[in-house]
Amino acid sequence: MIWIVGSVLFWLVSWWANLRMARLPKSRLTSVAVPTLFGLALLVLWQGIVRGAGINPVLLPAPTDIAVKFASSMPILWADFYQTFVKGALSGYVIGCGAAFLTAVLVDRSPFLQAGLLPVGNFVAALPIIGMAPILVMWFGFDWQSKAAVVVVMVFFPMLVNTVEGLHASSAMQRDLMRTYAASYSQGLRRLRLPAAMPFVFNGLKISTTLALIGAIVAEFFGSPIKGMGFRISTEVGRLALDMVWAEIAVAALAGSAFYGCVAMIEKIVTFWHPSQRRG
Amino acid sequence: MGAHKRTVPVLTVILAIFVLWYAGSVALNAKWAEDKATRAHVSLSFSELVTDTWSQDKPKLPTPHQVAREIWKTTVGMAMRGRAFSRRSLIYHSWITLSATVLGFFLGTGLGILLAVGIVHNRAMDMSVMPWVIASQTVPILAIAPMVIVVLNAVGIAGLLPKAVISMYLSFFPVVVGMVKGLRSPDRMQLDQMRTWYASKPQTFWKLRLPSSMPYLFTSLKIAMAAALVGAIVAELPINQNGGLGARMLVGSYYGQTIQIWSALITAAVLAAVLVGLIGVMQAATLKRMGMAQ
Repeated sequence: MIWIVGSVLFWLVSWWANLRMARLPKSRLTSVAVPTLFGLALLVLWQGIVRGAGINPVLLPAPTDIAVKFASSMPILWADFYQTFVKGALSGYVIGCGAAFLTAVLVDRSPFLQAGLLPVGNFVAALPIIGMAPILVMWFGFDWQSKAAVVVVMVFFPMLVNTVEGLHASSAMQRDLMRTYAASYSQGLRRLRLPAAMPFVFNGLKISTTLALIGAIVAEFFGSPIKGMGFRISTEVGRLALDMVWAEIAVAALAGSAFYGCVAMIEKIVTFWHPSQRRG
Repeated sequence: MGAHKRTVPVLTVILAIFVLWYAGSVALNAKWAEDKATRAHVSLSFSELVTDTWSQDKPKLPTPHQVAREIWKTTVGMAMRGRAFSRRSLIYHSWITLSATVLGFFLGTGLGILLAVGIVHNRAMDMSVMPWVIASQTVPILAIAPMVIVVLNAVGIAGLLPKAVISMYLSFFPVVVGMVKGLRSPDRMQLDQMRTWYASKPQTFWKLRLPSSMPYLFTSLKIAMAAALVGAIVAELPINQNGGLGARMLVGSYYGQTIQIWSALITAAVLAAVLVGLIGVMQAATLKRMGMAQ
């Protein structure tokens, strides 16, 4: 009982504190402190209710249990992370995004192909491509190659559509200026249109980070060697060892945010000139 | 660009995809056909090779017409024999997946809109919840699907609801993000105008914020619908369940029934296209009615 009352009290106090902080003028401190406090309050509430109501750890383990499991099974988590993220997701991400980017640049000279590829690409991007996973696992075997293949298929079309759109982002005036300079096609591409396309390209790259991780994890549900995040999740769920599943999900969340953060950081460096990156 | 100017290029690309598909199925299935021929001590001419690769029982890559025949046989064919809802029929499996998708989609959309309204009107909520909503977009949420299914099963909730929960969870985030953007889309001038008219907060909401959020709403509904379908399909994977397109793919991959996997996949794609297309039609009609059509 004391657990529940205590955690609810903590939650109420932090909510009150957040209300007070939200009334202050917006600063760097409050915009970090408010969401952090909110997340912390949720964790405390979770802990309190699980402990206080005596919820079976098979249904929902407490955050502290998950943290203990996380700390004690570092080697397994690292091996899974390496198998799924580095071997499967990252290689597929690089191949898929690279291939889509090259395709977009290659079809750039042909308005006919673009007019055909854009609607088809937009259509395919909305389809449940993840369903290709069982087929690709059959083709490429159980190891990371099939996971990379799923990731390639998943990221290709969003990336293609974004890049093609980006290559049209420069204005007619700017293109005219390049022509006035007597710039060749490749000079115009390199000096004007590719830099102008970068915000779109990075939008595609950012969307693809999440897709890559999802693809690599879900593909492992269809067959994998005896390591990998998706493999671990599906087998530990079968054994009802939910603390391990949650630890694995924490790894996936951390990896996903870090991956996204890295791409966003590179974007900041590359597209420093874009209005959305300016400060103040 | 006019619609008629697009038809030819799009058809060309689709034709190219079909040509590649047929060529690919020759290339991928050739090994099996040649192995069979060597064992029978015959050599295959090219045309014999092609016919064989296009008509295997368990090909590595089935041809479009094999998949189309399988889909026809398991939908219209079974419906004509009055067995539309037998367990072998794709209509039955599509219905199971569709019901979970639609239920999850409506729950997710409803919750998403409610949360967006809260975020727009309450500063504390905006500051505490919104960063988490955005951060959650970078997290592979789908990874929790197996756990949700198994846990809900363990407490005795099985069937439609667990799958709908996954769909709800996936469609929830795009709606929140889109609606917050949409409800904030009226500019200062319009909001000032409402204040000049002494409009109350609810009046401003119903007459200005909500109508101007409609284009954003429909765009995010399309994303949410596609996500909900993916959620329902993946939710059918972890444990053996009573059918559904995802379960059909999983069973197909256990027994190497590639034609069955492909037909489930194509059906899922058609389902996605129809659902997203329906929202597109509603979008066009609504925006036209409201005078916001581009």
